[in-house]
Amino acid sequence: MSAAGLLVQLLNGLADASSLFLLSAGLSLIFGVSRIVNFAHGSLYMLGAYVAYSILERIGGTPLGFWGSVLLAALAVGAIGAMIEIVVLRRIYRTPELFQLLATFAVSLIVKDAVLAIWGIEDLLGPRAPGLAGAISILGRRLPQYDAMLILIGVVVLAGLHLLLTRTRWGVLLRAATQDRDMVGALGVNQALLMTSVFCLGAFLAGLGGALQLPREPANAGIDITAIGDAFVVVVVGGLGSIPGAFLAAVLIAEIKALCIALGTIALPFGLTIAFPKFTLVAEFVVMAVVLVLRPWGLLGKPQAAAVSAGPPETPLAPAGRAQKWLASAVFVALLLLPLLAGGNSYAIVLAIDIFVGVLFATSLHFIMGPGGMHSFGHAAYFGLGAYASALLLKAAGLPMPVALLLSPLGGGLGALLFGWFCVRLSGVYLAMLTLAFGQIVWSIVLQWDDLTGGSNGIIGVWPSAWLASKTTYFYLALVVCAACVLAIRRILFSPFGFALRATRDSSLRSEAIGIDVRRIQWIAFIVAGAFCGLAGGLFAFSKGSISPETISVSRSIDGLVMVLLGGVQSLAGPVIGAASFLVLQDQVARDFEYWRAALGVLILILVLAFPGGLVGALRFRLRRA
Amino acid sequence: MTLLLVENLAKGFGGVCAVDNVSFRLEAGELLAMIGPNGAGKSTCFNMVNGQLRPDAGRVLLDGKNIVGLPPHDIWRMGVGRTFQIAATFGSMTAVENVQMALISREGLLYRMWRRADRHAREEAMSLLERVGMADQAERPCGILAYGDVKRIELAIALANRPKVLLMDEPTAGMAPKERIALMALTRDLAHENGIGVLFTEHSMDVVFGYADKLIVLARGKMIAEGDRDSVRDNPRVREVYFGAGKTAGLHA
Repeated sequence: MSAAGLLVQLLNGLADASSLFLLSAGLSLIFGVSRIVNFAHGSLYMLGAYVAYSILERIGGTPLGFWGSVLLAALAVGAIGAMIEIVVLRRIYRTPELFQLLATFAVSLIVKDAVLAIWGIEDLLGPRAPGLAGAISILGRRLPQYDAMLILIGVVVLAGLHLLLTRTRWGVLLRAATQDRDMVGALGVNQALLMTSVFCLGAFLAGLGGALQLPREPANAGIDITAIGDAFVVVVVGGLGSIPGAFLAAVLIAEIKALCIALGTIALPFGLTIAFPKFTLVAEFVVMAVVLVLRPWGLLGKPQAAAVSAGPPETPLAPAGRAQKWLASAVFVALLLLPLLAGGNSYAIVLAIDIFVGVLFATSLHFIMGPGGMHSFGHAAYFGLGAYASALLLKAAGLPMPVALLLSPLGGGLGALLFGWFCVRLSGVYLAMLTLAFGQIVWSIVLQWDDLTGGSNGIIGVWPSAWLASKTTYFYLALVVCAACVLAIRRILFSPFGFALRATRDSSLRSEAIGIDVRRIQWIAFIVAGAFCGLAGGLFAFSKGSISPETISVSRSIDGLVMVLLGGVQSLAGPVIGAASFLVLQDQVARDFEYWRAALGVLILILVLAFPGGLVGALRFRLRRA
Repeated sequence: MTLLLVENLAKGFGGVCAVDNVSFRLEAGELLAMIGPNGAGKSTCFNMVNGQLRPDAGRVLLDGKNIVGLPPHDIWRMGVGRTFQIAATFGSMTAVENVQMALISREGLLYRMWRRADRHAREEAMSLLERVGMADQAERPCGILAYGDVKRIELAIALANRPKVLLMDEPTAGMAPKERIALMALTRDLAHENGIGVLFTEHSMDVVFGYADKLIVLARGKMIAEGDRDSVRDNPRVREVYFGAGKTAGLHA
């Protein structure tokens, strides 16, 4: 590749860096002050693109109209952001961070359905910017004028934010609030107004980013998820709350991607080739993993004080009482009778198998999240690894199906062995983001490794052996495996290891001071959870007969979180009840109601705002008062 | 051999020298008080002895072995127990489970995944609670205990490993005067009975001059005095640090 080509490629990278920065700056700003990781930030970005499209259609013909539309769209999104803060977030500043994440996730679900309802499912490509449709010639290569403009805008926004934060009264208050919000309140500053204005500005920036991206990329209802993934990575790499850090990270990531494209496919000795362009899908996550391991608080971030958990301390574990044991046995017997009552091939049986898989998935997630205190946002990775491991052992290695299923925990466990080693070095939001990153890495590897995984088509014909083929038999298999695993996980929680795991969560300081190797305990917990989760994936694969990269998607990880929180993170029965109710609910709602995502979002909001202890918590509260 | 020998310990935090060239020795069965105004570097010293912080320079010898650079969980296994300035226990466990946790760790059973933990070494845990006067609260969760009680649980946890050295960072902070005396008397008895060397920091002069065998005084990271109670009480530099120059008031025992 020529020097000129490389230069233009790097300039292209800078334009991408600019839009990454616009996307992420608001997220970082909001986190710095409110300590809320705003999952709906990608949705605000998406809204920016759609709103800009609608305005551009009417007045976008002239340069003035174009830039006016972009600004109007950003302002509209800013207003929406302020509204979200006032209606939802203001109520949850004092709740544990997990609930905040979940609430903003719920908002993103509602926004997604709103976008689908208003603009439809088609991709919408915006017009080119009038006056900037051409290209600049650099050493014989062409750089789009619009890209040059984007680079300029990125730098202007960075400078503007810097001046705003350092030179204005509002900026001083904001920086003060970043350090100690209560103290700022004690000095007579209207905190509510400050928070609303920060959200408004953050949303404005996201909207601006989305609107500016429209001439480069079409708007579609999927960009919220990709955008939030990118923004998380940039913000975490740069250091949560640091605007210059976000800029630096955006440049780093975009330039590494640009380099990968510039390098192209390179031939190595022995007939091997490396296709660097393929690397772009995971590049940012690899950068993030490396940065987090070397600098756990990001490039320009500062160590965070441990999050103040607002929840009451958990009550000690009590072994199941007589009533609980009877109830569990009764449910088990009722399930044994279900095929007789409902008919062997009925829909109820299929749904029940899904529920067993979901229960095991959620219980394994709860193990590291509840007693372990490590919030995993990428638990689908272990599920997918288990599913793919058993499918490949069956199809590629030709092993009998029962053996392939039995080995599925190896897939999840080995994945957790590798990823867990990195994850336990971090805590809180950073840990959650790293798990998310690993989830995405697994997903994109599976998607791209066509020869092994079948790429986006996945693997088909993953059926159980003949003697397990009937739905009824498979139902019993799933029931027994699920019940045995849930009991085993419960048993582990009452064992010395389970106690040690809770000890590391309650106080890592005290744990170390009584000889507990905190990281090792947490690492092993990751592996245990990954292995059980892998088994859930194996059960899933054979129940569906085919698997695809969708098995590992972010939305599955999020479903798991919702299941655990729905049931209640402080209760051992929580994930079981949470998974069952979530799946029944999803099944009922999704079948009859077009906007089930929004409905789920509203449900989550109600849950977070009204029942922060989950279903089991609410039930216990009732019982105690009665 | 000296039980704990600290030589030329130093630690800086971005230009501030928190601990500067501190040396002292602690013998078995002895109570050594480390005193000094806020910010003198007491907790930093503690954190370097138990491995939470890595010193910039200096050595910490436990029974003649250098323990600098080892993680806290290894140093604990070598016989250094610790209580914290802000008491740290496991809030989601009962008092007795907290002690059982330490016993499980001592026995090296942390990675067992099948046997019930709450049945392990219950009698020994109860007798340790008995020793610190907390047996009647054994089944209450640590998360809801009164602060003074949590401090006593911490002592029981620290004793679970039959330590050679006990590091107690403000052991009686947050306690009523009567409780303080009782806890320190208990600590002294334990130290004498079992030959435990106790290094403690304390702001209450009653406690310090009532129970310490020896004292070291830190100010701005530097050692300004060491010796027995009387020599430290009469030391003019100590008076200056505590009362400012020119004052004649004495420290009360």
